[in-house]
Amino acid sequence: MSIFGLHYKLERSAIGFTLAVIVAASIGGLVEIAPLFTIDETVEPAPDMRVYTPLELAGRNIYIREGCYACHSQMIRTLRDEVERYGPYSLAVESKYDHPMLWGSKRTGPDLARVGSKYSDQWHVAHLINPRDVVVESKMPPYGWLMRNKLELNDLGLHLKAMRKVGVPYSDAQIANAVKDAIGQASPDSDEATGVSERYGEATNVRAFDGLPGTVTEMDAVVAYLQILGRLTDAAHKTPMKAE
Amino acid sequence: MVTQLTQNERFLGLIILIALGCLGLVMAAAGQHDPIGMHGWLVVVCSIVMIFVLANGYFAPEPSEARLEHYYDDPSKVGIVVAMLWAIFGMFIGDWVAWQLVYPDLTFDAAWSSFGRIRPAHTTGVIFGFGGNALIATSFHVLQRTTRARLPDQLSPWFVLLGYNLFCLIAISGYFMGITQSKEYAEPEWYADIWLVIVWVTYFLIYLRTLARRREPHIYVANWYYMAFILVVAILHIVNNLAMPIAWNQAKSYSAFSGVQDAMTQWWYGHNAVAFFLTAGFLGMMYYYMPKRAGRPIFSYRLSIISFWGITFMYMWAGSHHLHYTALPHWVQTLGMTFSVMLLVPSWASATNALLTLNGAWHKVRDDATLRFMMMAAIFYGLSTFEGSFMAIRAVNSLSHYTDWTVGHVHAGALGWVALITFGSIYAVVPWLWKQPRMYSPKLIEWHFWLAMAGTLIYVFAMWNSGVIQGLMWRTYNESGTLSYSFIDSLVAMHPYYFARAFGGLLFLLGAIIGFYNVLMTIRMAANVETGDEAVIGNPAAAGE
Ligand code: HEM
Ligand code: HEM
Repeated sequence: MSIFGLHYKLERSAIGFTLAVIVAASIGGLVEIAPLFTIDETVEPAPDMRVYTPLELAGRNIYIREGCYACHSQMIRTLRDEVERYGPYSLAVESKYDHPMLWGSKRTGPDLARVGSKYSDQWHVAHLINPRDVVVESKMPPYGWLMRNKLELNDLGLHLKAMRKVGVPYSDAQIANAVKDAIGQASPDSDEATGVSERYGEATNVRAFDGLPGTVTEMDAVVAYLQILGRLTDAAHKTPMKAE
Repeated sequence: MVTQLTQNERFLGLIILIALGCLGLVMAAAGQHDPIGMHGWLVVVCSIVMIFVLANGYFAPEPSEARLEHYYDDPSKVGIVVAMLWAIFGMFIGDWVAWQLVYPDLTFDAAWSSFGRIRPAHTTGVIFGFGGNALIATSFHVLQRTTRARLPDQLSPWFVLLGYNLFCLIAISGYFMGITQSKEYAEPEWYADIWLVIVWVTYFLIYLRTLARRREPHIYVANWYYMAFILVVAILHIVNNLAMPIAWNQAKSYSAFSGVQDAMTQWWYGHNAVAFFLTAGFLGMMYYYMPKRAGRPIFSYRLSIISFWGITFMYMWAGSHHLHYTALPHWVQTLGMTFSVMLLVPSWASATNALLTLNGAWHKVRDDATLRFMMMAAIFYGLSTFEGSFMAIRAVNSLSHYTDWTVGHVHAGALGWVALITFGSIYAVVPWLWKQPRMYSPKLIEWHFWLAMAGTLIYVFAMWNSGVIQGLMWRTYNESGTLSYSFIDSLVAMHPYYFARAFGGLLFLLGAIIGFYNVLMTIRMAANVETGDEAVIGNPAAAGE
């Protein structure tokens, strides 16, 4: 019987047709996605990789809330011009703790994968309040309310817990001290500040990111997040560059 | 419309609405310190409004048994009007987004109206609001005609249509408030996602239940596509949205996947949202309305089979072309590229099949703007799939990725294919549904056609130009071997094209508004004459089989 003859039969059965569609459509995804979870080389090892602090995670969530990813990628491709413009190309391990990833698909603004430490905190604050004050030709919208909104702190423990459930290795101490650490990271001379570097490493930025030591604003969180981009691990700087 | 429901169905509908309202109250109370609480209130308000609508005809007598000899088209009628409303909303926001890229201060310093929040409101509004409602409305219409069977009951189609629109409302109001998962085309949070699964399963069951009662032994091609659309979107939606909420009374959740696995899952989803939402469903529309309107059978049954299974099988491999040169393993990129190029075969098979169906009816295409909408849609379908397969080649993608070229490709497909085939189908189906000899004004259809053509061409050419210029500027080196242009240089070069795009979009939006007016006036024409539902008769479009 010809293949069209077979089909002539198949299209007489709703259930048969349904099953055929499900089978035909499942194969591609299974072959391409499932191995990514099992093949070890998919994600490089990076023993120095650290998790986001609660303040940085809160900043990341604001980055998501405001849709920054719609204009900024966080994925430097293995192309020579990208590496020269933005820095070493991105490794898989660098977004290992990113639930979800924010690689982006459109660069209306520049890539941000390695923006951490590129500019000062003051620059970021001025830029977010009104981008055209620092970059005259910019098309970025102003985000003045980040400075006006106090950061919602109470649930940070829940956030870390949920992250742990999906596989990020937060310790019990990190979860228990989430609120304290968020306040501490933005208030350098406070009692809360001491625990931050203990739990997240000496290199952690502890600063009044928004320039106001007294209060923890959404601006603190966003700037803390921007300043850590590309700096959770050194792995990318150690990999020999072989951009095309 | 309520009077068409049996008394049992009215009762069941009431129970569902009360249950939904209570659920909304729980969400509102438990989530009072979280944006999810606002969504609770939204659910409550929607339930109450629907309860009032239902109450209006609740005690009317049982509908007569004779209804079972007729098709049930009320949900399709409402769906089409709602689709046009979403079209205007979504395209208005789209044009606003476009103007924001010309004048960035058009956000008026409010959070809800900033670019990153209204851009997903645009994509969701047009894809799910406009496209989704048009698909649901036409699928019910096509399903009944091609099976010669009435929908299985009067309640579940309403549940699907209204439940789906509740999902759209929750999604878009959420973005304005800052609720989003950030996954492109899958932005709504976990509770909206769960709701959509319930609606979607009901949708597919309507399909199966109607097919089970069909009087045609064969399932017509259009239904293959609608079925693939419903089934595969369900698979994609469930897998890509797996997430861990931080608490059951909070909106925020964390994706189950991270980094490279998340990227691959997301673009497996994203590309196949294109394939099964923006392509398969609309091919279903095309396979019914185009031959009907042209009065000609589908050119080739065998070509239909080849292209259907080619699309269903191969698209699912192609998602990784969104991740060329990234940290995704090379072998996956190569697979994605290979399948994307091969995809051109079934894609062009469909486009060819459509255009050859029109062969012999060219005089109708010349005189009938409705058919012309459909023909141009098939041409743009051919163009954008050719472009897509081309952009999926790694070397080409190195230039096009991250630039406006992608946006140009998107809208060649979205405006040229999705929107045109939808408008064409709506202009065909509205007079049939409301029992009119024709649309209120054929002249306004002409206007709409030319506005849409001008808008699409201006949009797409502007973005092709800006995208290629952008891509080239980013990689241009000067003689001393350093990069010639700063990022800002490339942004400044985009300005005229952004202006042109926003203007083209405005034309397209104007066309849609004219279309909506024309639909409303046709309905008004019908209101003057009493019309019943169309009788179930044997006249499926399956003339080619
Ligand atoms: C009046 C008509 C329209 C206008 C003015 C318009 C405008 C826009 C703008 C300005 C963007 C953002 C591009 C960027 O970020 O650089 C966009 C994105 C998008 N639009 Fe539209 N649009 C229109 C109609 C449509 C329609 C009808 C659809 C779908 C059926 C659609 C689907 C999309 C999609 C999928 C994106 C995201 C593209 C990406 O992420 O690469 N648009 N649109
Ligand atoms: C054979 C068929 C097609 C292929 C192989 C294809 C391929 C591609 C490629 C290579 C990209 C760019 C990915 C990137 O660099 O980020 C893309 C983006 C896109 N295409 Fe297609 N395309 C096809 C047909 C279509 C059609 C018919 C539509 C209908 C509307 C469409 C809508 C889109 C959208 C919305 C995006 C943007 C995704 C995003 O970045 O947000 N494509 N496609």
